[in-house]
Amino acid sequence: MRELLTTSTFFGVMVSILAYEFGLALKKRFPVALCNPLLVSIVVVIVILAGFDIDYEAYESGAKLLGYLLTPATVCLAVPLYEQLSLLKKHVAAIMAGLVSGVLTSLVSIFAMAVIFGLNHEQYVTLLPKSITTAIGMGISEELGGIVTVTVAVIIVTGILGNVIGEQVLRVFRIEERIAKGVALGSASHAIGTAKAMELGEIEGAMSSLSIAVAGLLTVIGASVFAQFL
Amino acid sequence: MRYVKQFAIILTISFAGEVLRALLPLPVPASIYGLVLMLLALCLHILPVAAVKETASFLVEIMPLMFIPAAVGLTESWDRISPIFWELIAVTAVSTILVMAVSGRVTQAVLRRSGPDRKHKDVQQRRSL
Repeated sequence: MRELLTTSTFFGVMVSILAYEFGLALKKRFPVALCNPLLVSIVVVIVILAGFDIDYEAYESGAKLLGYLLTPATVCLAVPLYEQLSLLKKHVAAIMAGLVSGVLTSLVSIFAMAVIFGLNHEQYVTLLPKSITTAIGMGISEELGGIVTVTVAVIIVTGILGNVIGEQVLRVFRIEERIAKGVALGSASHAIGTAKAMELGEIEGAMSSLSIAVAGLLTVIGASVFAQFL
Repeated sequence: MRYVKQFAIILTISFAGEVLRALLPLPVPASIYGLVLMLLALCLHILPVAAVKETASFLVEIMPLMFIPAAVGLTESWDRISPIFWELIAVTAVSTILVMAVSGRVTQAVLRRSGPDRKHKDVQQRRSL
């Protein structure tokens, strides 16, 4: 059985999709934040791999097909964005103000906590790009001399966290405008947060998509400045 | 055939993104170049929305699935993460919540200040309740 599972072409994608479907069913039955389909599916896949003693490489050799689609899917985020373009143009000042303040908050809070925890320069620059999309974040981390694998890990955890607790955070801070919700999710937790924004609605999704790109580019500039501070 | 054509267009733009990534010396990934190219093509009416609509909706809908393999892969970099595990958790949780709160509140504040017509509408709505 294990032999079959490690050599199978379809096992990786199949188990990922089934785990996600299981997560969706669980969410329907128990509508709490912790029953987040993405979080559930990740845990289920990890448990299955551990249970059957399957190497990550064996799983990934099939499952990487899902990652392959990530670039085309990100390109497609332009479509909901285009459909909300008039709204974007009308509120460009508010959106830009939100994004600039979000990126600054990210950099300042990471700097402050790096000082509090006594992190060294390498650990600090590893964390600086944590709120932006993986591909840009990896580039920044590498450029500044961070540990790229840890940056990727932190970026993914940030995204999942934003996806899981996003709705609660928006409620607690009384963020009610749909444009503001999208900007908040996209700037704090990039594409994985955008997946949540898409669930909330088209306007939220479009603003979140825009935020991935703009917050990412602002962070390229901001992180290189903040890297000098520690 | 419609889906084949739509997927071909999306992959062509993704590839154009890769080309830009290779040509320009910026730390910007192919996906972001592709997103901008797609947006430009739609805005300049080089490409009608209908030419990519269904396939684009499908890809955006299944996007959460695409993060599963990388997230499961976190177990592989555990050696690098474990020495500063709690610091990472603290920084991640605090800064993610802060960024969400600040960017959302600031956007909302500017929206509400610059939109007197909407405020008026809100008031009217409240009156009618």
